[in-house]
Amino acid sequence: MAVTETSQRTRLVEMRNIRVAFGGVHAVDGVSVDLYPGEIVGLVGGNGAGKTTLIRTLSGAHPADSGEILIDGEPVDIQTPRDAKHLGIETIYQTLALADNIDAPANVFLGREITTRFGFLDSSAMEDATRKLMQRLNPKFRSFVAPVSSLSGGQRQSVAIARAVHFNARILIMDEPTAALGPAETAEVRDLIRQLRSEGIGIFLISHDIHDVFDLSDRISVMLQGKLVGTVDKDDVNVDEVLAMIIMGKKPGEVTQKDIAELH
Amino acid sequence: MAKTDVSAAGPLPETAPTGAGRSIGDVFRAAEIDARLVGMILALAAIWIGFHILSGGIFLTPRNLWNLSVQTAVVAIMATGMVLVIVERHIDLSVGSLMAAVGMVMGLLQSDWLPSAIGFDHPATWVIALVAGLVLGAVIGGFQGVVVAYVGVPSFIVTLGGLLVWRGVAWWLASGQTIAPMDSNFRLLGGGSEGTIGGTWSWIVGVIACVGVVALQMQRRRERARYGFRLRPMGIEVGIAAGACVAILAAIAVLNRYYLPPLLAERRGAPPGAQISLGLAYPVLITIGVTILMTVLATRRRFGRYVYSIGGNPEAAELGGIKTKRTVVKTFALMGTLVGLAGAVQIARLNAAVSSLGTGMELSVIAAAVIGGTSFSGGIGTIPGAVLGALVMQSLVSGMVLMGIEAPLQDIVVGIVLVSAVAIDTTIRRRTAV
Repeated sequence: MAVTETSQRTRLVEMRNIRVAFGGVHAVDGVSVDLYPGEIVGLVGGNGAGKTTLIRTLSGAHPADSGEILIDGEPVDIQTPRDAKHLGIETIYQTLALADNIDAPANVFLGREITTRFGFLDSSAMEDATRKLMQRLNPKFRSFVAPVSSLSGGQRQSVAIARAVHFNARILIMDEPTAALGPAETAEVRDLIRQLRSEGIGIFLISHDIHDVFDLSDRISVMLQGKLVGTVDKDDVNVDEVLAMIIMGKKPGEVTQKDIAELH
Repeated sequence: MAKTDVSAAGPLPETAPTGAGRSIGDVFRAAEIDARLVGMILALAAIWIGFHILSGGIFLTPRNLWNLSVQTAVVAIMATGMVLVIVERHIDLSVGSLMAAVGMVMGLLQSDWLPSAIGFDHPATWVIALVAGLVLGAVIGGFQGVVVAYVGVPSFIVTLGGLLVWRGVAWWLASGQTIAPMDSNFRLLGGGSEGTIGGTWSWIVGVIACVGVVALQMQRRRERARYGFRLRPMGIEVGIAAGACVAILAAIAVLNRYYLPPLLAERRGAPPGAQISLGLAYPVLITIGVTILMTVLATRRRFGRYVYSIGGNPEAAELGGIKTKRTVVKTFALMGTLVGLAGAVQIARLNAAVSSLGTGMELSVIAAAVIGGTSFSGGIGTIPGAVLGALVMQSLVSGMVLMGIEAPLQDIVVGIVLVSAVAIDTTIRRRTAV
């Protein structure tokens, strides 16, 4: 148990003082967040708060201008999506980032295809792996040979999730994972997120939906206008206090009853 | 109640769709046959039969079909590369001019530069000239690709510049003079009465092709069985193999029925009255080889997978960790290599390199790819489709020439067919898209 205890205390991800500027605008201005194994950290904030920009520095989609990223306590340099993947960081983008013209197995293995000894694509092996993966993630999934453009929103989401979890991700970034889904599919994705957490994966969850975040997260980091308002334990706060952070940038201790009244 | 339903006249709304209710598309999907390709083959058959009737029975003759096969080669070779360029949402307008520049270098090599070093008609001349052409094409194509991918200039602009630059370079290399003659071995690449593999070898190639088709099918079936995937019905499997083999052997039989003219046969020492089959011409053999290689590259290698994913969603490809810029450069380099190969065939056919080589050919190549089902919105297109597209285009031109239709009208017809083909394709695609 002692071993578990210490490994629990090692931070999986630590992002220190991250800055990203577009032109003269600081989209992310000195933000620090962290993540432990088997933990879900909700990242919330209004439109343009800088959540997605912050997280893109971790997924390699857009490198940070300055700041440090540590994985398992070690400083790392993430310049491209490939760098992030090598470190076990997988991302499910809000846009899903699927190539619509190719089929589900091709998308799951995009950039990491299974090949034969002679370097030919092993389509059967990839289809087989995708079928097994879907058995776990979405047993109703059947479209293994059709281009993903012909799939429903939920099925496309399944493909994006399958791609992220197949390669033994240790760190998962989910940007609005339920935005495009109906209620039943949303519930399925929530179950899946909990299941992944129980497997010891650390998850950054970005969402507009405060209830989604409250339901799933262990801790919540709130951003406003490119800056971190604060990070709180979910058990220590209520929805109103988090809303006050999102909208007014006030930490729970600073919030007055008048502020809460204004929110409603 | 059930009995009443069954005996009731008219359609039964509650019955699940059965075999009778399946559309043609479903049948094709079950058989895993590319419906678009079948449609194109049918269209080609219609064009051929139509011209045969309209021309008074001179279109579907061994002689005309043999010529058609050779005339199609140059555009078809380049169209296989253009498919990948267009799939990647780019375009290459420089291929005609690049062909002239590279063709001129290959021409000068064998008529001017190499003879002064190793003598005219040296056995190594053709290899050196050909390899130089392929490498030069790859380098220039790759350079244009670098400007597109890394500098970020739109490919339309880069290759429009290339269209002007390489044409000028082709003229400047020999001050506009015609470079002739070509090396006698090199000339074989262009076909002609000498540049064929003859009747016997054509049959051997045909048989090897049939064995290859069957072996590929069996291998694929074994692999699917190994993973317990659904297999194609055996009847369809056998039907496809038999159909392919019959088509291959029929094509060889037709080409083998075009004989060397008696005068040339006698000059080669054949007894009077002997019939020497021409069979497959080298440019046709090259086209077939390129088609197979490019199809493998497009569908069975990582490179092809990346090209299609970039075309489908460039951002997704980038986020998937694909080196998209490098892939674009490779695609343009490959296009350039194919231009070099096509240029070699063209100057060998003409037995001369001229600075006007391939003028306007970029448009034929793009048209062939597009008629073959390549979509300008990216991500969609097949290599065999483009080759068929080239064959359709050449068939139209050849048929109209046989019918004595004057050139301006030919252009009008080809233009209308191009737009109609894409219009039909787009409509079908929109209807079948789920």
